Amino acid sequence: MTVPRMHVLLPFDPDTLLSGVKEFEKALLDELKKNNLEEEIKVLETGSIGVTGRGILMVVYPEGVYYANLKIADIPRLVGEHFVKGRPVKDLLLGEVPARFVKREKVGLVREQKRVVLENAGMIDPENIDEYIAVGGYEALEKVLSSMTPEEVIEEVKKSGLRGRGGAGFPTGLKWEFTRKAEGTEKYIICNADEGEPGTFKDRLIMEGDPHKLLEGMIIAGYAIGAQKGYIYVRGEYELSIRRMQKAIDDAYKYNILGKNVLGTNFTFDMEIKKGAGAYVCGEETALIESLEGKRGQPRNKPPYPVTHGLWMKPTSVNNVETLANVPSIIKNSADWYRSIGTEKCPGTKVFTILGHVVYPGLIEVEMGTTLRDIIFNYGGGIKDGKKFKGALVGGAAGVFLPEKFLDVKMDFDSLKEYKAVLGSGAILVMNEDTCMVDMLFSIIRFFKHESCGQCSPCRIGTYELYSLINKVRAGEAKESDLETMINLSEIMFKSSFCPLGQSLVMPVKSAIENFREEFVAHLDKNYQCEKCRR
Amino acid sequence: MTREEVLNKYGKSKDNLLYILHDIQDSNPRHYLTEEDLKEVAKWLELPYSYVHGVATFYSMFSLKPRGKYIIRVCESPTCHLMGASNIIIELVKSLGVGIGETTKDEIFTLELTSCIGVCGVAPAMMINSEVYGNLTSEKIAQIIDEKRRESK
Repeated sequence: MTVPRMHVLLPFDPDTLLSGVKEFEKALLDELKKNNLEEEIKVLETGSIGVTGRGILMVVYPEGVYYANLKIADIPRLVGEHFVKGRPVKDLLLGEVPARFVKREKVGLVREQKRVVLENAGMIDPENIDEYIAVGGYEALEKVLSSMTPEEVIEEVKKSGLRGRGGAGFPTGLKWEFTRKAEGTEKYIICNADEGEPGTFKDRLIMEGDPHKLLEGMIIAGYAIGAQKGYIYVRGEYELSIRRMQKAIDDAYKYNILGKNVLGTNFTFDMEIKKGAGAYVCGEETALIESLEGKRGQPRNKPPYPVTHGLWMKPTSVNNVETLANVPSIIKNSADWYRSIGTEKCPGTKVFTILGHVVYPGLIEVEMGTTLRDIIFNYGGGIKDGKKFKGALVGGAAGVFLPEKFLDVKMDFDSLKEYKAVLGSGAILVMNEDTCMVDMLFSIIRFFKHESCGQCSPCRIGTYELYSLINKVRAGEAKESDLETMINLSEIMFKSSFCPLGQSLVMPVKSAIENFREEFVAHLDKNYQCEKCRR
Repeated sequence: MTREEVLNKYGKSKDNLLYILHDIQDSNPRHYLTEEDLKEVAKWLELPYSYVHGVATFYSMFSLKPRGKYIIRVCESPTCHLMGASNIIIELVKSLGVGIGETTKDEIFTLELTSCIGVCGVAPAMMINSEVYGNLTSEKIAQIIDEKRRESK
C-alpha cells in the first residue's frame, strides 16, 4: 500500500450537500482515476468545518489550502494544476481566508481558534471509528476505566471548573455528584441534543463532525454517576446527526466500547438515540424527560430535580452536547490544563455561531472571555457590504439585544451577567444599520408565542399579550405606556412562569426597548415610515 | 411499512409512542396520522385515546390533516427573519395560491412554517420534506417550485 502524498477533505453537511457535494465527489474520484492518482491522493468525507454559505468546500493537506464555491467544471483544473503540478488554483480559494478556518497550520493569518470540542471536526471521517481512535479517541475512557474511581472522575471534572454549555452554566461536576449520591441503583445519563434555540447549530456540528467524542464523554459521565444506560435526545429535524450518531453507536458496540463489560472491565453501559418531534420547550430538561417517556413535552414542577427524580423518576443527569464533548479532553489532559484556557470562573472554550449581517457567517470555537467585538469583527470578518454595526442579539431568541457601546463585553457566563445578558446557546445574531429593532423583537415574540406549551397561564397569556402589543407598535397604533406595559408584563412572566421559556422573554423585550428606546418611540408616531414593519 | 408492522416493530412500551407516530406518519404518502391510526396506537399501548391525541397534537412535526407530496417548511426564526424570510413567505403564498398550513388543490404542496432548522449560515432557508434549501430569493423560489412540480408528474 502506498502512503497518500495528499489528503483532500470534503466537508459533508446540509450546506455542502445542498450544493451537490456528492456529485462533486464522484466526479473528482473519476478524474483522479483518469490521471492514475487514486492511490497518491486520498479523498475523505468529513463533517462541517464551520464555514457556511460558501457552497462546496475542499481542504487540501499537507498545504492546508481551502477552496470554496467549487463546481464540477473546476475539477480538471484542480487536479491538473494543484494535484499534479502543486500550484493551488488561486481564483478558487476561499477568498481572504479568515483566521477562524485555520486549525493547526498557520497560513500567515491573524490568529488561530482554540479548538477543544471541535478539534477533530472537519479533520476526520465522522463515520469511521478507527479515525477517531487514531487521533487519540477513547484514550480518556480507557484511563477512566483502568485507573480512576467514579469519585475521582467527578473530582477531576469539578476541579476543571466545567460549566454546562446548554445555557444555564451549572457546574457539571456538581450535577454528576448529586446524581451519584442520589438514592437508588438505577440511574440515567441523558444528552440534551434537542437544539432548538434559534440561530444555534453547534450541537449539530459536533454530532455530525465528531460523534465519537460525544459518545466518549457520555460513557465517562455514565461511569461517573453510576448509570447503566444513556439516551441521546436529538431533534427530529436533525436527520444527518441522527444517522451519524447511530453509526457511531453501532460501531462502538462492535468494538466493545458499549455494551457488556466495556473494554473488558466489569462496567456495562448501553446507549440509545431518541428522536424528538418538534417542540422548543423540550430543550428544558424536565420537558425533555417527559418527551422521552413518550408524553407531551411539558415541564415538570421543580424540585424535585432530575438528579434525584428524573427519567422514570430515577436519578438522572441531563447534560448538553457541548458539555459532554469537553469531558474526554479534560480527563486526558487534566483539570489544570483545562483551567489554563478561558477565564478563572469560566474555564475552557465556547462554541459560538455568528450569523446575520457578517462577512463570514458560521461557527467558531474560542476561549471563554473573548470579547464580542473580537468575535464579530475578527472572526466574523465584520459587517457585510460596508455597512455599520447596529446591534447584536446574543444568546439566541432567549437572549439580549446589545448596542455598540457594549461591544467590549467579555463572552463568558459571569461577565455577561454584569450587562444583564446571558451566554445562552452561544448564538450571536449581528444586525446592521438597516435593521429595525421593533421588527426583530416582533419576530422573537412571535416565536415564543408559537412555542409556549400552554401549560401555565403567565406564559400562555403573556406571550399572546406581548404579541398584540408589539403588533400595535409595528402598526403605529401604540402609546408610550404600551412600551412600559411590555416590560412590566415580561417581568411578571419572569417571576411567575413555570419554566425558563416564559421566564426568559424579559431579556429580549427589556433589552430591545431599553437599549433602542428611540427607535421604539419613533414607531409610535403614526406618520413614521418603516419598510421592515411594512408601513 | 403498514401500521401493524410499525406496532410490532416497537412492542408495547409507552416510551415508544413518539417513534411509532413518526413511523406511521412517514409510511403514509400524505404525511399524516388518521384518527384510526391514533385509535389503534392507543389500543396497542393500552393508553387512552385522548392521551395519544394529546401527544400527536403537541408536536409540530405531526399532522392530523392530509398533506401534500411535498411539505414546504419555511423557517421564520429571527435569523431568517432578519435575512428576509417574510418576503419568501409572501412569494410562496403567491406562487402556490394557498395560505400557511394549507395544501394545494393538486395535493402536491403543503405550506408550513417552522422554527429554526439550524442552517442559519444560509438564511433565509426552508425545507422540502427532508431536503434543505438556503440563500433563498424570489427567483430561486420560482425555480424550485417549478422543478418540484415537474418532478411530481
